[in-house]
Amino acid sequence: MHIPDGYLGPVTSGVMYAVMLPVWAVASRMVKKTLRARQVPLLAIGAAFSFVIMMFNVPIPAGTTGHAVGAVLVAILLGPWAACIAVTVALVVQALLFGDGGITAVGANCFNMAFIEVFAGYYIYKLLSGSSPIASGRRVIAAGIAGYLALNIAALSTAIMFGIQPLLHKTANGQALYCPYGLHIAIPAMAGEHLLLFGWIEALVTGLVIKYLQKQDPALLAAGKEALR
Amino acid sequence: MKTTHKLWMGILILGVLSPIGIFFPEHFKAGDAWGEWGTQTLRELTGYIPQGLEKLSGLWNAPLPDYAFKGWEEKGLGHLSFAYIISAAVGVLLVVLAVYVLGKFLTRKGE
Repeated sequence: MHIPDGYLGPVTSGVMYAVMLPVWAVASRMVKKTLRARQVPLLAIGAAFSFVIMMFNVPIPAGTTGHAVGAVLVAILLGPWAACIAVTVALVVQALLFGDGGITAVGANCFNMAFIEVFAGYYIYKLLSGSSPIASGRRVIAAGIAGYLALNIAALSTAIMFGIQPLLHKTANGQALYCPYGLHIAIPAMAGEHLLLFGWIEALVTGLVIKYLQKQDPALLAAGKEALR
Repeated sequence: MKTTHKLWMGILILGVLSPIGIFFPEHFKAGDAWGEWGTQTLRELTGYIPQGLEKLSGLWNAPLPDYAFKGWEEKGLGHLSFAYIISAAVGVLLVVLAVYVLGKFLTRKGE
């Protein structure tokens, strides 16, 4: 889901940076209001987890690869605004150091994974878990479903960015200037692989870690529920 | 053991196991992620390299491209796994450093 340099034209890249600047500004203000110094290690763990889980490429045999993002898990533990910051840090390091995701596409990639996925996952989890107790099985299921759906929503958003490029930018002889695949190819390809496989990985990762923390440290989950809205 | 210590252990274990993320795709003959092809692969897929894409694709020279050392593209999985683990370590360290620096600015004073 990391859009490389060259796949998005200047319009899309520019608009996505323009959208993300205020999001990052608000996230910084929200985190400043709520984050306590002793929670910084958890924020670092969240960002490190998102970074390293994205290295676990999962193959579709003879097809493409994809991976979980971990964004929904971080959102459940720290709230959506702190998660936005954590996943942004992971994505920026990936782009700068490893060329995973383009420099021009940092705005777009952060929009999809650090904003859309984080907030979709957070609110789906909140809706599905309702007022159930911290250690309930319902919260594990809610976390899994939120992971699955949020990764798919992010994949769809990514597919739309890819797919509108041939509509926006063409040479005189009809060749694409940037991503050559339109919506009718990008959406089925991206949605298909995430619905089929990668979404389940995100669901598993999110649900299992929540289940582990319910046993290991319910107070930490309760803190995530109370603080950092 | 404190939960944060256990979670750090978890990150460490994930880092050591990270080469799984290159073994499986290799074993199952999976290609690049959709929309993340290099220019040559794109030429094979579509018959041409879009002009704007070609111009922008070389914009950034990452120091550890694709979580490997430069010039190691043709090395075996053993070498690539080593580079992958080093990449995981370097990446995690930088991410953590960045969050702690941000944390200095983003936390309430006096707590």
